[in-house]
Amino acid sequence: METFWETHKTSLIAAAVAVVAVLSSIVVVPETEQAVIIQAGRPDRVANRFAPDRPYGETGAGIVFRVPFYERVERIDKRVLSVDMEPQTVLSTDQLRLNVDAYARYRIIDPVKMVQTAGTLATVDSQLAQILSSVVRQELGRRSFSALLAAERGSTMANIRTKLDAQARKYGAQVIDVRIKRADLPDGTPLESAFRRMQSARQQEAATLRAQGQKNGQIIRAEAEAQAAKIYAAAYGKDPQFYDFYRAMQSYDTTFAADSKSSTTIILSPENEYLKQFRGNR
Amino acid sequence: MEINDGTGSSHPMAGGKSPWGAGSGKQPTGDGPSGNEPSPSADEPSADKPKGPRNPWLPPTDEPRRSASIEDIFKHRGPEGPRRSGGGGDGPGFRLPELPGGRSWFPLAIGAILLVWLAFSMVHQIGPKEEGVVTTFGKYSRTLTPGLSVTLPWPIQQVDVEQVSEFRIEQIPEGSAQKLMLTGDQNLVDLSYIVRWTIKDLKQYRFQLAQPDETVREVAEAAMRASVAQKSLNQVLSGSGRADIEQSVMSRMQAILDAYESGIAIQGVQIRKTDPPKEVEEAFKDVSAAQQDADAEINRAEAYAQQILARAQGDAASFDKIYAQYKLAPEVTKRRLYYETMERVLRQNDKTVVETQGLQTYLPLPEIKKRAEAAPAGGQ
Repeated sequence: METFWETHKTSLIAAAVAVVAVLSSIVVVPETEQAVIIQAGRPDRVANRFAPDRPYGETGAGIVFRVPFYERVERIDKRVLSVDMEPQTVLSTDQLRLNVDAYARYRIIDPVKMVQTAGTLATVDSQLAQILSSVVRQELGRRSFSALLAAERGSTMANIRTKLDAQARKYGAQVIDVRIKRADLPDGTPLESAFRRMQSARQQEAATLRAQGQKNGQIIRAEAEAQAAKIYAAAYGKDPQFYDFYRAMQSYDTTFAADSKSSTTIILSPENEYLKQFRGNR
Repeated sequence: MEINDGTGSSHPMAGGKSPWGAGSGKQPTGDGPSGNEPSPSADEPSADKPKGPRNPWLPPTDEPRRSASIEDIFKHRGPEGPRRSGGGGDGPGFRLPELPGGRSWFPLAIGAILLVWLAFSMVHQIGPKEEGVVTTFGKYSRTLTPGLSVTLPWPIQQVDVEQVSEFRIEQIPEGSAQKLMLTGDQNLVDLSYIVRWTIKDLKQYRFQLAQPDETVREVAEAAMRASVAQKSLNQVLSGSGRADIEQSVMSRMQAILDAYESGIAIQGVQIRKTDPPKEVEEAFKDVSAAQQDADAEINRAEAYAQQILARAQGDAASFDKIYAQYKLAPEVTKRRLYYETMERVLRQNDKTVVETQGLQTYLPLPEIKKRAEAAPAGGQ
């Protein structure tokens, strides 16, 4: 060991220096990043720049050389990034409030510009978040509440995207998509009044249902009664006189002969039809 | 260890064998713990050493007892205590057998480590549900499919293995919190759902999106909100509306994620529950109660209808029977009915026959009254 060191000292040191030199002049740029090589403070070239149609493996990722100390490498994310807006209240034209939470997806397409204008991704992110909030408020505030709910359908989102994209280009970014993640009624009065409205709508529905049930029941009863009357008429109509007698007999039965607890005293005259035989049928 | 040995002769602390070594005198302390001395072999060479400091880091005036107790701690760990074997060059540690020719083990050990490292970083076993992305110095090279694959070793090529065909499940919202969503008719519905997804293109999934998993959640929320906002509350609550929403959320999500080139495939969206908000639940329950009430009312009416119709038919039928008989012998039947009824009626009632016509008869009203009073009493 010692002898090896002693004999090859110089070459070993030289090799180490060479390795360090090579390592410091090599930069590995993964597929997910683009690298801006800055020459003494001035952006010189970009490695693995985003190009929409180039497949992975041919985008220029991999080993990138630089001049140590003279050139600095700034790595910038190449992927689709997200900017999340702070949830905020939008006032619709019909004076209703809605809490809107939107997000945007963007990508750095011009890393040099980004490095020059914003410096870091965090800056771009916060700038875009601010622009997004104001654009969202502006665009949505011009619509009625019901249009807000259906914002995805119309041109609203496209407008927002275009406006945000125009701003983002200044930072070398491209906005791919803007979407409303959530749209809620604000807590407190708006939410409570919505609940009240839902509640009263249901109460109305319940009352209607009950009334309908009542009505249908009545109709069913009436129809049955009509039907019964028809049956009675058909039967009794054959001989109204006999019916009268027959029904009278039945009626007496129910009235007087029922096992009623109160007894009735009937005062009969001998002239009575029933008693006439007692008189020897005079 | 061999290397330490080789340089040991020039080590400034060689005299004491080891600065930490438990070897330094135990005896001077004369304390009990010395009895526990587990490896006297290390003690022996230094038994005759002066009582000077055993630990170079301690001031010479330090009480021996203190360092002895520290040593005890190590000793109690056993003869292979970390200090003992690490510090002492030729402590009680084991010694590798000499290689023939007196060569050192060192290059061999390095070689073995290298081999293991190569084996681990070159051979990759990809499971049945997995795929691996190979990058050469960060640059995408190829995608590994299930099976055994060989790549260049680590700093050159790197493999990133990911579950691809396994369904990943996003539950929104997480937990059982209420998540209110606005429907098209400006009502609120408490909705929770599950999104199942897989990776359809691993390299896109790896390289395209900064936060693919979070993107899936956000896209799901946006798509669900948009779909629910197109439906009325009743449609959302009803079964068919739910199926519609699931379908439209799924296609919406897929379209958005494809536009991002995310390499993600949505396999299914499943609505777990759509409930009215807690705050208005009672009113909703009352609606179904009202429906029940209405149904009950109709049932009662129908029962009554059946009853009344049956009664009418019965009455009509019995009249018809009697009438048929009456037709055969009208006068007789009529008389018979009359007398039968009279019998039944008069049998059960008090009768007073007033004989003479035109004569003011005394009606025994008090008696009648009495009897009328007695009758119900007796009856009871």
